[in-house]
Amino acid sequence: MTSSSEPNTPLLWVVRDELKLKGTKFGCGIAMCGACTIHLDGVATRSCITPVSAVAGRSVTTIEGLATDAGKALQQAWIDEQVPQCGYCQSGQIMQAAGLLANTPQPNDQQIIDAMNGNLCRCMAYTRIRKAIKAAAAGGEA
Amino acid sequence: MTRSGGQLVPGVSLGDVTGGSWSVFTSFTMISQAGAAGRTILRDAGAALLGVDPADCSVADSVVSAQGKQVSFADIVQKGDVSRTLSAEELSALPVKPVVERRLIGHATNARDIPAKSRGEAVFGIDVELPSMVFAHPMMPPTRYGSSIKSIDDSAAKSIPGYQQTLELTDPSGLLMGWAVVIADNFPSAMKAAAAVKVVWEAGPTATVSEADLFAEGARLVADKSIGTRFVDEGDVSAAQAAAADSFSATYRTGTAMHATLEPVNAVVESKEVRHHVHAGCQYRAAMVPTLAGVLGMDEANVVIHQYYLGGGFGRRLWGDYMIPAALAAQTLGKPVKVVFQRADDSRLDCVRSPSVQQFDASFAADGKLTAIEHAAAAGWPTLTLLPSFMGPGVDGNGKFDAFSIVGADHWYTLPNHRVRALNNDLAQRTFLPGFLRSVGPGWTSWGVESFMDELADRAGQDPIEFRLAMLDAAVKNAGDAHGAVGGATSLANVLKDVRDRSGWGRAMPAGEGLGVACCFGQQRDMATWVGCVAHVAVDAKSNKITVKKIWQSIDCGTVIHPDGAMAQAEGATLWGLSIALHEGATFENGQVAQRNFDTYTPLRQADVPELDIRFIDSSRFPTGLGEPPFVPVAPAIANAIFAASGKRVRDLPIRL
Repeated sequence: MTSSSEPNTPLLWVVRDELKLKGTKFGCGIAMCGACTIHLDGVATRSCITPVSAVAGRSVTTIEGLATDAGKALQQAWIDEQVPQCGYCQSGQIMQAAGLLANTPQPNDQQIIDAMNGNLCRCMAYTRIRKAIKAAAAGGEA
Repeated sequence: MTRSGGQLVPGVSLGDVTGGSWSVFTSFTMISQAGAAGRTILRDAGAALLGVDPADCSVADSVVSAQGKQVSFADIVQKGDVSRTLSAEELSALPVKPVVERRLIGHATNARDIPAKSRGEAVFGIDVELPSMVFAHPMMPPTRYGSSIKSIDDSAAKSIPGYQQTLELTDPSGLLMGWAVVIADNFPSAMKAAAAVKVVWEAGPTATVSEADLFAEGARLVADKSIGTRFVDEGDVSAAQAAAADSFSATYRTGTAMHATLEPVNAVVESKEVRHHVHAGCQYRAAMVPTLAGVLGMDEANVVIHQYYLGGGFGRRLWGDYMIPAALAAQTLGKPVKVVFQRADDSRLDCVRSPSVQQFDASFAADGKLTAIEHAAAAGWPTLTLLPSFMGPGVDGNGKFDAFSIVGADHWYTLPNHRVRALNNDLAQRTFLPGFLRSVGPGWTSWGVESFMDELADRAGQDPIEFRLAMLDAAVKNAGDAHGAVGGATSLANVLKDVRDRSGWGRAMPAGEGLGVACCFGQQRDMATWVGCVAHVAVDAKSNKITVKKIWQSIDCGTVIHPDGAMAQAEGATLWGLSIALHEGATFENGQVAQRNFDTYTPLRQADVPELDIRFIDSSRFPTGLGEPPFVPVAPAIANAIFAASGKRVRDLPIRL
């Protein structure tokens, strides 16, 4: 995949406006809210401060591409736990959680908090986010 | 969900609005009757197809049946006659299902929007694209009102690829003053160009206003007992004050709070021949259609607002001023324009919750008995700017007040003499556009009421819950009504007792820890959601660090329509209350908010979430609102718990020890 954007264009805007993948959201532009979280070579990354030049030759996954069994199970856990309210932060929350579970399949509470603390939810659906991560982790174990 | 809202001003409808926790309360009857009408019409049409008397038919599971025969709704719609018009009178006479037969209300149902929102597929306003649209980046003036542009120099932007021009905006309605927009092919170019374009403004008259100035004006207003619109005036407060053997006064303040919706405000506007199409998330189209018609010099019929998911509303999107720059630019350029506010500009444009100052003066007889409370509350008033015709008259016929900025002061405690004066902070009104923020008036008036009640209980040497219960006697005006305030003060007492018992109130606490209580009646006396709240707080003696360990809420909102959605609202509102108490705080500096992004404006995060124990009181009475009420008692409960834990009385929000 190629981009015609300027090299210093934040990856977020290349994803959203050039590639037309609108699931990744703009919240703050300074990596303080997590709404723009994508995976860069499998690692949860803030796309709003990542220049597109930095991802040349690397693998970028957005919410639209979270197509692994584990990713789908995580999204199903989000539905089962009825997590989203306004829903705007949830793509970022799910990408962050997917990154956590990829490295720590059975996180404890503190590991969940540490991994998810950078993702703001203005509706404050925080307890359900935790529940959904735990449910997805439990499903992965079974 | 939309409705015609609010009884705050009797007989006046707010029109098509999502806010005020009104949706369920104001649409329940209408939707119940619509369901009954559909059922009746399908039954009658089914009966005709079956050749039986409608009175002999039963209706269940999308099937009409009688005498061993049956026909499905699908067949009725295809083969029968389901066209019928019912008058309002006929609708209201239709039989609504009795409580015991309910199969959806009160039962588990998954929300239909959640799958799309869990897969990144939900379309928000910021996701809208139209063919050949351009991007507009706002160049905002240094004050909300009265600024003008002296010069624009875009020479440094001309080399930026994608930059088109910088357009000065002239808003004939006067809502935007001294604005320009940078136009570019795409948003990254617009951001770059906006940073390169130099605009020089003549700043408006509030260019030096600070948070301290706003508080000072509020303090001046509440101290002057000769002014203010009387919102409550019962008994003879002046006489009680003159006869008092003792008195006690306290002043409570709340600082500027921002909506900080995670989706920054944005809009796309396309002007097609005579018609202007606005694409945006919006809570109050009924207000924005006439507003935009005025901005554009068009008939209201030619302004169409297309609705999208809102990346958070919380009252911010009741006012759609973010649509105006896109509308003006689209009208000028003759092509679709998308405006997106970067976070800092979203914060500068926010219609914030005004700073407030409240003074309480209690009078006591020689035996220590409370004889009167005078309460004065000063703040910027959203309604004064946004909906001036909705201002209500004072109870003595003098002056006007913004009901949305004083509700909560008309609480359910029976007092021998009670006066409430509502005061508009004019400096706030001129400095910024005061907005409606989740839980609105009760969200800050109750900070004063419930903190002061705790102080009075302490002075009287009484348990804070017992002290409150003694005043919740449901006498006379506090008896409630048969619709939106069933049980009156008795229902409020019930949730207090419920949360008292569930929280283990009165038990011995470790050193440095305490329980605090507060209660509220939600958003308005005629739509009362009764909430009792207890917070368990630890205060570190050395560092003064405040840790909220657990929050209990007992909520009586009548019939719980959708239990899981109700719980989601209650969880979110409770954590908002905590966030506003401890984590969020903005300050005006030089006429604008100084905290403009999430590095300095810091809502609650995962690590700050305490244990929650939220219970709904089982009820089949008429349903009231829920999105805001559980927010209201949290901050005073935390402050009262801090007092219990540390002996320190806090009177300012956000709380800083």
